[in-house]
Amino acid sequence: MSEVNWNRIKDRSFKYFGIGCTVFGLSVLVVFLLSIIIQGVARIDWDFITSMPSRFAEKAGILPALIGTLWILVLTAAISIPIGVASGVYLEEYGKKNRFAKFLEINIANLAGVPSIIYGLLGLEIFGRIMAMGGSILAGSCTLALLILPVVIVSTREAIKAVPDTLRQASYGLGASKWQTLSRQVIPASAGGIVTGIILAISRAIGETAPLIVVGALVFVPFVPSGPMDQFTVLPIQIFNWVSRPEKEFGVNAAAAIIILLLVTFVMNGIALYLRNRWQKKIKW
Amino acid sequence: MSYKLEAENINVHYGSNHVIKNVSMKLQPNTVTAFIGPSGCGKSTFLRCLNRMNDYIDLFHLDGKIKVDGKNIYDKKVRVEELRKQIGMVFQKPNPFPKSIYENVVYGLRIQGINKKSILDETVERSLQQAALWEEVKDDLKKSALQLSGGQQQRLCIARTLATNPTVLLMDEPASALDPISTSKVEELIHDLKKDLTIIIVTHNMQQAARVSDTTAFFYLGDLVEMDATKVMFTNPRETQTQNYITGRFG
Amino acid sequence: MRRKEKFIEALLALCAGISVFTTVGILYVLVSESYGFFATVPLSEFLTDDQWTPLFADQHFGVMPLVAGTLLTTVIAIALALPVGLTIAIYLNEYAHPKLRKSVKPALEVLAAIPTVVYGYFALTVVTPFLQQIFPELAGFSALSAGLVMGVMIIPIISSLSEDALFAVPKSLREASYGMGATPFQTSFKVLVPAASSGIIVSVILAISRAVGETMIVAIAAGQQPNLTANPFVPIETITTYIVQVSTGDVERGSLEYKTIFAAGITLFIFTFILNNISFWIKKKFLQKYE
Repeated sequence: MSEVNWNRIKDRSFKYFGIGCTVFGLSVLVVFLLSIIIQGVARIDWDFITSMPSRFAEKAGILPALIGTLWILVLTAAISIPIGVASGVYLEEYGKKNRFAKFLEINIANLAGVPSIIYGLLGLEIFGRIMAMGGSILAGSCTLALLILPVVIVSTREAIKAVPDTLRQASYGLGASKWQTLSRQVIPASAGGIVTGIILAISRAIGETAPLIVVGALVFVPFVPSGPMDQFTVLPIQIFNWVSRPEKEFGVNAAAAIIILLLVTFVMNGIALYLRNRWQKKIKW
Repeated sequence: MSYKLEAENINVHYGSNHVIKNVSMKLQPNTVTAFIGPSGCGKSTFLRCLNRMNDYIDLFHLDGKIKVDGKNIYDKKVRVEELRKQIGMVFQKPNPFPKSIYENVVYGLRIQGINKKSILDETVERSLQQAALWEEVKDDLKKSALQLSGGQQQRLCIARTLATNPTVLLMDEPASALDPISTSKVEELIHDLKKDLTIIIVTHNMQQAARVSDTTAFFYLGDLVEMDATKVMFTNPRETQTQNYITGRFG
Repeated sequence: MRRKEKFIEALLALCAGISVFTTVGILYVLVSESYGFFATVPLSEFLTDDQWTPLFADQHFGVMPLVAGTLLTTVIAIALALPVGLTIAIYLNEYAHPKLRKSVKPALEVLAAIPTVVYGYFALTVVTPFLQQIFPELAGFSALSAGLVMGVMIIPIISSLSEDALFAVPKSLREASYGMGATPFQTSFKVLVPAASSGIIVSVILAISRAVGETMIVAIAAGQQPNLTANPFVPIETITTYIVQVSTGDVERGSLEYKTIFAAGITLFIFTFILNNISFWIKKKFLQKYE
């Protein structure tokens, strides 16, 4: 067979292999989601959402886990957003020339790659023991806030970078100071991108399991937490608990809880993507 | 007679690049001066020295004195934010803020802490009138500035600059991104504004320079080759180089 | 006004400095507790003992079973993710219609957004039974199941980043290759992949780093039995799942058993730190080529 034909066959085969791999990736996702829905959707009802966990699978519910997740979501956001956005603004607008900023950049890049469970160890010792927060919601939120900080910082920087320089020039030209230019022009103009990044970061935080277990989140919580110093559990940990049980009914519970967790995750990601699209369209500089 | 603006032996370096070579000039108040010259000759750079916009560039270094109303603007005690309220700048590509027309115009006042509605309203009307934009936008000042046409946006930028009551106006190729009709509107504007302001305009368009300015300065490779009354520059320049540029032999 | 500006700048810098606090905190915590551990258990034993049983009566502190578990699951994951991810990247970049590329890319990134507990559930309840039909000797908990699912999870890391790297290769190189009559297959493998190799390698290293640090998928689907083995069909324990195991139990703070999680932690940290910095170094050195 001629060389040319042989090359064509190789090319053709690879193309089909490529299609196959792509289809594989996507269909695993679909099979994945379908199997979970099939297993769990019947279990979801108002009782499921409002009940406490129990030894009896039919009676067990996700209320403490859901409330715990909400608490964690709010506190983690409250801690990481101001610090992350401020850091991003500093690095992008003030830190261009100095070595301190370069050092911080490398530091943040490294932190982004540290496994989440190590943050758990950090939280356990520093927040849990040294700062005496114990295995509380506050300790968990502080830990997760540090974990997602690099993500918030990077997306803040990207959003600020996208603001065209001519806007800053116009502002300076009218006699505005650096902070006035930042607070009145640059940050508002990059708000869309910043918010998108924050939502994605938070949505990652609520899916985290290992660092919270290490910090001291409980696996079995028969009460609803009422304050930041309370002990707690979150949806992913509740799921982990149920999956680890041999009884089949708990597996169904796990699937149901997963559907709720995925709903929250996908809704948040969806909102973030929608915002990103709208924001990108608005900017027809 | 006193000069509005005086530049004495200005030398500018970007790192080791000598980009402005020993330029001196004196400008009368209430005149329009045009800076002309081929691309990269330093006219925009020199313009930006006049309101210290080059301060933001690393490696920028200026020697010499630039005096406005007799005071050196590069003196250490000078507050740059104050300076820029006196010396306004209009850029080549219109750059309105992504806010309403009203908020664009009052920005220069808000950053000074002036937030009283009556003052702002009055300023908006005055500035937009001065920029010959009032009639076109007065019915909807809340409209986003980005929805205006290119020519309108540039006049808005001029209004925005006029809102702080400057005495000098620097214009960096203000009409080069505009269509001919908008361009002539801007040129009319310059003629009217001359009554109250001293204007310096950088332009690539020599016909525009001839139409609009009283004095013209020809820059070439960082040197101020020649500066004289516009009529003289365009009919009987002293330097051969000037003659060659104006007649289109190069540039 | 100048003082206010300086104050604001200092405040912002302080916030940025919290990242330093994080790093210092991590290092302090890992080093101080590990120091206590290694005061009792010599490093040589840590590295050479072939059993890890700190919670049993007969205590052994050899970390190798945990490392072996981590390595085994990682190798399985990469063995799946690398060829599939890279192929997807090449296919989307060179063969697929740009519209297809635009819609597939975000769809794959959904895979990356799913919480890992959910993957763990999938591994245990769907993948393991499925694999047991092919390999009847497969245990209920195995490295194979966890590793494969982990592989699926990291496909987007490799495919997305590799695709970006391929996309960044200058058009002129493509045109030169096609101009000589090469097929997309030849162009991809002989020209594009080598040109984008640094970006692709970076994506693989990041994927490995992610796999090494993964916890929940393995915790759920691979059992929690330390086992110095290369057999993918049996349960194993990784560094990360050991830490979780101890955290869900009742271990007294300050005890030697407690300190073991930090010894495990510092081992993990060193691995990922080295991996990450290699990838930064590669990125810096080679990606400048196509600025």
